[in-house]
Amino acid sequence: MRVPLSWLRTFVPDLTAPASEVATALIRAGLEVEQVLRYGDDVTDVVVGRVLDVEVLAGFKKPIRFCHVDVGARVHEVVCGATNFGPGDLVPFALPGASLPGGFAIATRQTYGRTSDGMICSEAELGLAESSPGILVLPQGSALGVDVVALLGLLDEVLDIAVTPDRGYTLSVRGVAREVATAFGVGFDDPGLRPFARAGGGHPVVLPDPGCDHYVACTLTGFDPMTPSPAWLKRRLVLAGMRPISLAVDVTNHVMLELGQPLHAFDLATLRGPVVVRRAREGERLTTLDGHDRMLHPDDLLITDDSGPLALAGVMGGASTEISDATTSLLLESAHFEASSVTRTARRHRLPSEASKRFERGVDTDLAAAAAAAAVALLVELGGAVPGPVTDVDQRPSRVRLRLPVTRPGQVAGRAYDPAVVSKRLVDVGCTVSAHGDGDGVLLVTPPGWRPDLTGAAELVEEVIRLEGYDTVPVALPLAPAGRGLTEPQRRRRTASRSLSASGLVEVVTPPFVAESLLETLGYSHLAAPRLLNPLSETEALLRPSLVPGLLTALLRNVGRGLTDVSLFETGAVFRGSGIPVPEVPKTSQRPSDEQLAGLDAALPAQPRHVGVVLAGRRAGRAAEVGDAVEVCMALAASLGLTLTVGRTQDAPLHPGRAAALMLDDTPVGTAGELHPRVVAALGLPARTLVAEVDLDVLVLAATARGPVAAPVVSSYPPSSVDVALVVDDAVLAGDVERSLRAGAGELLEALALFDVFTGPQVGPGRRSLAYALRFRAPDRTLTDGEVLAARDVAVARAGADHGAVLRGA
Amino acid sequence: MSAPDYDPKQVSLLDAAQLTAARDAGLAAFSAATSLDLLALARTAHLGGSAHVALANREIGVLPPAAKGDAGKRVNEVRKALDLAFEERKAVLEGERDARVLVEERVDVSLVPGAVLQGARHPLTTIQERIADVFVAMGWEVAEGPEVEHEWFNFDALNMPADHPAREMQDTLWLAPEGSQVVLRTQTSPVQIRSLLARGLPCYVVAPGRVFRNDALDATHSPVFGQVEGLCVDEGITMAHLRGTLEAYAAAMFGTHLASRLRPSYFPFTEPSAELDITCFACLGVGECRVCSSEGWIEVGGCGMVNPAVLVACGVDPERYSGFAFGMGLDRTLMFRHGITDIRDLYEGDQRFTRAFGTEA
Repeated sequence: MRVPLSWLRTFVPDLTAPASEVATALIRAGLEVEQVLRYGDDVTDVVVGRVLDVEVLAGFKKPIRFCHVDVGARVHEVVCGATNFGPGDLVPFALPGASLPGGFAIATRQTYGRTSDGMICSEAELGLAESSPGILVLPQGSALGVDVVALLGLLDEVLDIAVTPDRGYTLSVRGVAREVATAFGVGFDDPGLRPFARAGGGHPVVLPDPGCDHYVACTLTGFDPMTPSPAWLKRRLVLAGMRPISLAVDVTNHVMLELGQPLHAFDLATLRGPVVVRRAREGERLTTLDGHDRMLHPDDLLITDDSGPLALAGVMGGASTEISDATTSLLLESAHFEASSVTRTARRHRLPSEASKRFERGVDTDLAAAAAAAAVALLVELGGAVPGPVTDVDQRPSRVRLRLPVTRPGQVAGRAYDPAVVSKRLVDVGCTVSAHGDGDGVLLVTPPGWRPDLTGAAELVEEVIRLEGYDTVPVALPLAPAGRGLTEPQRRRRTASRSLSASGLVEVVTPPFVAESLLETLGYSHLAAPRLLNPLSETEALLRPSLVPGLLTALLRNVGRGLTDVSLFETGAVFRGSGIPVPEVPKTSQRPSDEQLAGLDAALPAQPRHVGVVLAGRRAGRAAEVGDAVEVCMALAASLGLTLTVGRTQDAPLHPGRAAALMLDDTPVGTAGELHPRVVAALGLPARTLVAEVDLDVLVLAATARGPVAAPVVSSYPPSSVDVALVVDDAVLAGDVERSLRAGAGELLEALALFDVFTGPQVGPGRRSLAYALRFRAPDRTLTDGEVLAARDVAVARAGADHGAVLRGA
Repeated sequence: MSAPDYDPKQVSLLDAAQLTAARDAGLAAFSAATSLDLLALARTAHLGGSAHVALANREIGVLPPAAKGDAGKRVNEVRKALDLAFEERKAVLEGERDARVLVEERVDVSLVPGAVLQGARHPLTTIQERIADVFVAMGWEVAEGPEVEHEWFNFDALNMPADHPAREMQDTLWLAPEGSQVVLRTQTSPVQIRSLLARGLPCYVVAPGRVFRNDALDATHSPVFGQVEGLCVDEGITMAHLRGTLEAYAAAMFGTHLASRLRPSYFPFTEPSAELDITCFACLGVGECRVCSSEGWIEVGGCGMVNPAVLVACGVDPERYSGFAFGMGLDRTLMFRHGITDIRDLYEGDQRFTRAFGTEA
């Protein structure tokens, strides 16, 4: 809402504060003043001049006229391209040295073979309008040489206010003026309460639907549709951010801006029968003023007549009854429509309008008749209209009275307020306040029609605290009960995060939106990524079912910026599958049942927390390889006290020969490996890009389930070490051999390490030799050679049985 | 005195002059040795089994008892002198050798192996931990909720029924199909509802997390951003407690040199409602400023007293309990703390950016 200060002052005549102070006071009162716009101070040295003579210069493609203009002190020669003025007319004349909006400076110059010693200005050139067909011709009577800025009242300041949904009344000069008057403690001349004459017997109106409880219809005849709006009216609209259109429309907009009541003017000649405000019927259509033919929904509230729909109530008028250049009889509508109904219709037809914006937030229920009268008065005064009969169908419910214990505001704020202050503040916002009969300290409060948001004690309390100032609320710390600190999963997730950065990875946080085509390329189509109904971009309409797409996008960005060695990780939710909507969303008048709550959760997709990793380029001084991706995941698990085992996987999007399945106790928890060359090529990724993804929730749950660490027995007896070299088929995983050795070696095995991998003619084609160092130790004795060799033999035998491993040289 | 009963010629090795000469020869040989190898040869010559002192020592046995003492003493003195000289020379030569080897073993100590670079956690992660720790220190706990949320939690229970205009304040991303009832949470506030439903009273929780809006990405807006929710519901909680808690938060996040203020605002789930503003870090509240548009203040989040309607929806008696809630923007807090001027840096994943934050703890 843009409120010109000059307009506001008409209702707060004693306001002397400058705009900046007004803005500060309104901000303190809770109105979001986003900026203060200044108008007119960019126009200097433009004065009133009289055109003495006009000479048309021949020989040019467009009409060029050479004039003499008398500004009192002297006469200027000037060349002008406009033709809508003649000798004797008064015009705004920019003297040499003048400046116009946009930093446009005027100087004496030679043009079309003449000297042009200034400029005759249009409304647009003065910043009065977006465009103007010709020169602004001023009314006769102004003295020559008078400053035009002062004459036209161009100097103004405008408060630009973002209106929150609870303060619909501030979508009017009237509502903002009330807040300003309260903030400065000065008088407020409420234009909504000005008296007006009531009449009767006008155009028939029927209100069968509770969505409209008040409808005032004024008939006007003899209106001159060609009368232009006066400058002051257009000026106000422009400053308030609206475009002047025609007198009838400008008047309705002016009243809406001033009072907050949206109005609509129908061409009376086009109406057929009584006005009926009802819901749409199946199959009905309406072409709205914006030219769109709309299929109506049975929930849409309409203004209709015998011919059918005329307008979307409170949202937009229809084309068939639009006033035109030929309209001389009007039916002016000033009505009250239900907020939620207007909200639904405006949203359904994607048609936010100045009217719907106000009705959605609640329009003053007492305003319809007064606003109609104000508009009629202007149309009579400016457009020569003759006021006809007025219909006022009033089916408003009686006003609710609220009970407010007078001590409640103090209880909420944590300080005491004088009961007189509480009452005064409620009166300031327009409430009627009386003490409850039995002197029990309860106030009976009737909110004004423009505050539909005041529905209970809590809202009244806010008004008192707000107007007294939040800065008068004391400062205290609440005493929380002894807390339990972070939960174990929370602590373990921190550990996991630190483990990843300790592995040299850099964390990224990527948006969770992903393109379907990218998921197809990665072979993730089966992951059932949820789809967004209204995505930010149609090309990224799915929610990520994996962290890999986002990491690859980040990788490409890094590579695009010239980085070659990239190691990234991300921790976050991935989304898979879909839930089942509940048949009915629970009410909020009480706690939902446990079954209802379970139903709500069942409507959600699965969203486990994952860890994703991408590696490209060099790592540890050499090209990153599959083992690096696996190692990062093993280290992550190890930081949680878990050991992952590694198998092979054929899962997309990985290279089938370089892909590891990561398992925890034989349950798959993730994968790590090199991307399939086809994927690398399709996405333009660096060669040999590696990715890994692990279900963090599963790991954290497993870690938490282990309970406290059991202290190890640290043996002080000497160890016995023995090496074995085993020959196995190429296809056998070293990790599998190691697992068999460990299983076979038994309790006495303290440590096992692979120290050599050898291939060559000595071990034969398709085979390789794996050399392990085994260290044995007993907790309670020095092991004998016999014990050690026996354990080794069992280990080797187990590897032989499981994987066909044979002792090298045996 | 009788004539000696041994052959003096035979024991001439024990002659004092000869011993002195042998000693001097040995001392000279040792000091002349220029390497440990030559020293070893000299030792064999002068202290070895066939050296003068060794042979002389053997002759002592044939002397009459009365002469043995004297002769032994003489031989021992010589041996001691030679041993000492040898050890001294050896120490000198070893020292020279060691010095030479250490010089030869010199390397370029500035060459560090190109091992794994230091990783780094994202500043949004570390700031969430920092905030959690501030509140945990006050006895609060950390609550969680899903990012994809049912509209009942994100809207209805927060006093935003289906037609409420406040639903339009936040450009909500909905899941398909129409009627799914499921949104990407537009705020961390649904965690308030989950906490009140799942935990008993009193309830003191913070919930950091990600939220989503249908906003195009530019320098100051992101469709995904971080927020931290706070909720305190207990008996006798007032707006004074809200102010005190937010001041503690602001001091922990921004330092005590910046002032804060509560400005009346509107949220359906709080009544009264306020925005928390902090003195602009760039201009400290004075002068022309691009960061705060010369307003002197920067908005860091919304807050207020929990609307009784929210308590009712969670089965909490609003006559007995009251509370406050707040939701602070983490991205703005970070931009603030670190002078980040473009929010996209947080979400583009350029590892040079994040790596700089690896030391944030």
